[in-house]
Amino acid sequence: MTGAPLSASTVVTAGAEMFAAELAAQGVEVRRVDWSPPVAGSEDALATVMLDSRRSPANAEAVSRMTAATAALVDVRPAGEALGLERGQFLHAGPPISWERASGPMRGALIGAVLFEGLAETHEDAGRHLAGGSFSWEPCHHRGAVGPMAGVVSPSMWMLELLDEANDRRSWCSLNEGLGKVLRYGAYSPDVVERLSWMADVLGPALQLATRARGPIDVVAIVAQMLQMGDEGHNRNRAGTLMLLKEWLPDLILSGLGPSDVAEVVRFISGNDHFFLNLAMPACKLMTVAASGIPGSSVVTTMARNGTDFGIQVSGTGEQWFIGPAQVADGLYLGSYGPDDANPDIGDSAITETAGIGGFAMATAPAIVRLVGGSVQDALATTQRMYDICVGDNAGWAIPVMGFQGTPTGIDVASVLRTSRLPQINTGMAGRVAGTGQVGAGLVRPPMECFTTAIEALAAAVPG
Amino acid sequence: MTGTDAGTQQAGTGVRRVDIRPGTYADSIGLMQISQELQQRDGVRAALVAMATELNLELLATMQFDPPSDTSPNDMVVAIEGDDDAAVEAAVAALDAALVRRPTGGHIDAGQESPPSTIEAAVRGGGVELALVSTPGRFATIDAAAALDAELDVMIFSDNVSVEQEVALKERAGAAGRLVMGPDCGTAVVDGVGLGFANVVRPGPVGIVAASGTGAQHLMALLDGADIGVTHCIGVGGRDLSSKVQGRSTHAALDRLATDERIEVIVVVSKPPADDVRAAVTAHAGTLAKPTVLGYLGAGLPDLTETAASVARAVGDEWSPPPRWGPVLEGPRPGQLRGLFAGGTLCDEAMLVAVGALGTVSSNIPLAGQHALDESLAAHGHTFIDFGDDRLTVGRPHPMIDATLRLERLKAELADPECAVVLLDVVLGRGAHPDPATDLVDVLATSGSDTPVVVSLVGTRDDPQARDGTARRLAAAGAVVHASNAAAAREAVGLLAGGAR
Repeated sequence: MTGAPLSASTVVTAGAEMFAAELAAQGVEVRRVDWSPPVAGSEDALATVMLDSRRSPANAEAVSRMTAATAALVDVRPAGEALGLERGQFLHAGPPISWERASGPMRGALIGAVLFEGLAETHEDAGRHLAGGSFSWEPCHHRGAVGPMAGVVSPSMWMLELLDEANDRRSWCSLNEGLGKVLRYGAYSPDVVERLSWMADVLGPALQLATRARGPIDVVAIVAQMLQMGDEGHNRNRAGTLMLLKEWLPDLILSGLGPSDVAEVVRFISGNDHFFLNLAMPACKLMTVAASGIPGSSVVTTMARNGTDFGIQVSGTGEQWFIGPAQVADGLYLGSYGPDDANPDIGDSAITETAGIGGFAMATAPAIVRLVGGSVQDALATTQRMYDICVGDNAGWAIPVMGFQGTPTGIDVASVLRTSRLPQINTGMAGRVAGTGQVGAGLVRPPMECFTTAIEALAAAVPG
Repeated sequence: MTGTDAGTQQAGTGVRRVDIRPGTYADSIGLMQISQELQQRDGVRAALVAMATELNLELLATMQFDPPSDTSPNDMVVAIEGDDDAAVEAAVAALDAALVRRPTGGHIDAGQESPPSTIEAAVRGGGVELALVSTPGRFATIDAAAALDAELDVMIFSDNVSVEQEVALKERAGAAGRLVMGPDCGTAVVDGVGLGFANVVRPGPVGIVAASGTGAQHLMALLDGADIGVTHCIGVGGRDLSSKVQGRSTHAALDRLATDERIEVIVVVSKPPADDVRAAVTAHAGTLAKPTVLGYLGAGLPDLTETAASVARAVGDEWSPPPRWGPVLEGPRPGQLRGLFAGGTLCDEAMLVAVGALGTVSSNIPLAGQHALDESLAAHGHTFIDFGDDRLTVGRPHPMIDATLRLERLKAELADPECAVVLLDVVLGRGAHPDPATDLVDVLATSGSDTPVVVSLVGTRDDPQARDGTARRLAAAGAVVHASNAAAAREAVGLLAGGAR
């Protein structure tokens, strides 16, 4: 635009209303910013980051890489084989966590995984070994994987393997166990371990046969369709699960498995509306990891919780975690459970919001907003608010009720701090006490500390 | 009730009841909401209303209810524990009412937009070229950088932006081919539209680059008086021509005016730049294919009225001296000159005139080598006060909007036998006080003083306050009014004994 004549036919104003009114009185089209001061104490680092000339093109590049990434289900196989996970090694959700600081559901899930692997006879034994340093664990994210809720993965668990052909990168997620008393919510009772064994013995191998026979299943395309069918890909995966089952069904039938096994597999998947979540998550991971490591970019590439800490990673600062205390979700409780029974926020599933669905696509799934007694208008307003903290949108994932606008994509740390608007996450709630399981579902936000520490690190990384 | 009573059990001193309602479906979230409502009722200890899925039956067991047998997931199970039968009955009645409740607020207005909270969000969809930022100074850089990210030109009205941030913003703008006006840019005209405190001008062949707000306003008013229009007046901020900022916005503005076909003559108005910057601006002006008037205001340099005359000649128009209103006053008068200003550049220009004739003047914004007033602003010889100075506008509006402080001082000066002549400015235009004449006329009419008051009136024909009407009202109250600030200063100085030396 160098040298173009100056024009004031339309003016955007931030600040004193008096000047906006003067412009409007002169017949100028005024676009008023509903301005508020940035989060206190962040203004100096914000100014440094905003003045970094790399930022805007780097953020555009981040969103372009996110939306250009592909994700197809290409295999189902054990974690030991897929990730090289060895006996006694475990993966978990969120940023790194020690046994001492681990929450009830995280401890419960690790105990359950130890029992499932046959590394201990009793849960007391398992707990002692875990506390005593006999085993090791690290975040799923450090291996390119993701895990819902506690997200605990052990070598014998079967993993969905997704491939991003555009970037030649893979991501993994375990098979979803269903709702209620399940490992990922911290339950480890015999029936939980029994179900895990059936999943390893029957479900995993059956899905491997079907997937290998079927060939790659385009997960990004299923997400695009489910968003037009009332799913937001985090707390509602009903349509996605049915579409996935439809893709597998012929090859399951022809797999050579007995009719009762096929029926059991189909019944298990169709009885679990969240089965597809474990495909949406690695698909979103492939998108966001494609955007990581761009110098100067303030786009969030990971949001993950371990039940104690909420952690984010940012493109321009690579693998560094920025953490703050995980919050308790606001929502509805199962049965007689209440807020005192709920553990703080847990799981890698906020990768869906990081990629622009889940809470960010609330407008397309108004059913979810009722978890906090909200209205359809609230659902629309939530998605609209998220556009203000995102760099762009994803034309491939259109929301019909928003006029087919793409989902808000590329959370900008700077925009979060400038507007004090935190990302909206839809989530399940685990019981605080190890072994309890799910107690509810609701809406939650990250702590602001993640963003205030991230902006300091981004500012420190600005050259000169 | 249509359900099957699956059993009432005694629980402690309370009552538990589990009902099955076969084939009654409601979605799980709706039932979770209803369960929560029931639990909050007085007399209810626990409640679960849910479809009889395996998961929910397990949940029922954890709540110490006996799970019913022979149910299907298409049946609704209702489990309530209350203090007594009445509480349970009331809860069931509430449940029945809730199940037939229709949702309210069914009107969905999908087009209802929440207002954008950032500049980037506000410009989505395009069609915007210019941002006006007037957020508090310590945040203004953030918003201005956002405007540059959105590929806009930006005017920064805010002050208190550090010079380092100013340089960084202007470097970024330069790389993007965009223009930063300000910071502390009080006045701009873009394509005939006034931004901030701006006089109403008619479109025309002149483009102004101004490092000074009231200097630019005075130049525009003088040109308007000569029937010469202004298409753009680009404020660059008072520090732009300093060594630190290196005239970055001045150079960008010259380029933008040079390529605008409507502009025939360019004029730069500023205090004299730093030497190296001055040479670069002069060299740049020399490369432009349009006449460029460099109107630097300083000792031994042309005043703003002379600069306006030069611009008129460059445009090819006649120039006649700006008008004067009011009585002819007799001098010389013993005592001292008091200058009470709202515009910093107008105060500077008047002091340059006064120093030339009187030798010394004191001020809160003193000229180089002149006496600085202390914080009390007590008069010290010939005294000029800029009421628009940053130190006097902390926590109160600019004197162009609210003249209270200056009116008090005017009353005091008119009562002071040491004061021989008062010189003051009145600045009209958008954003300024809607009727500055009335308060001044009141003070003049009630003072009982015969001390002459000379007014420098900055305004255009089309300003909302009406320049000529304002001048006539002030003149009728006994003031001398000049449309030229320099002429007003010369007349005030000439009235003093010794002022004509």
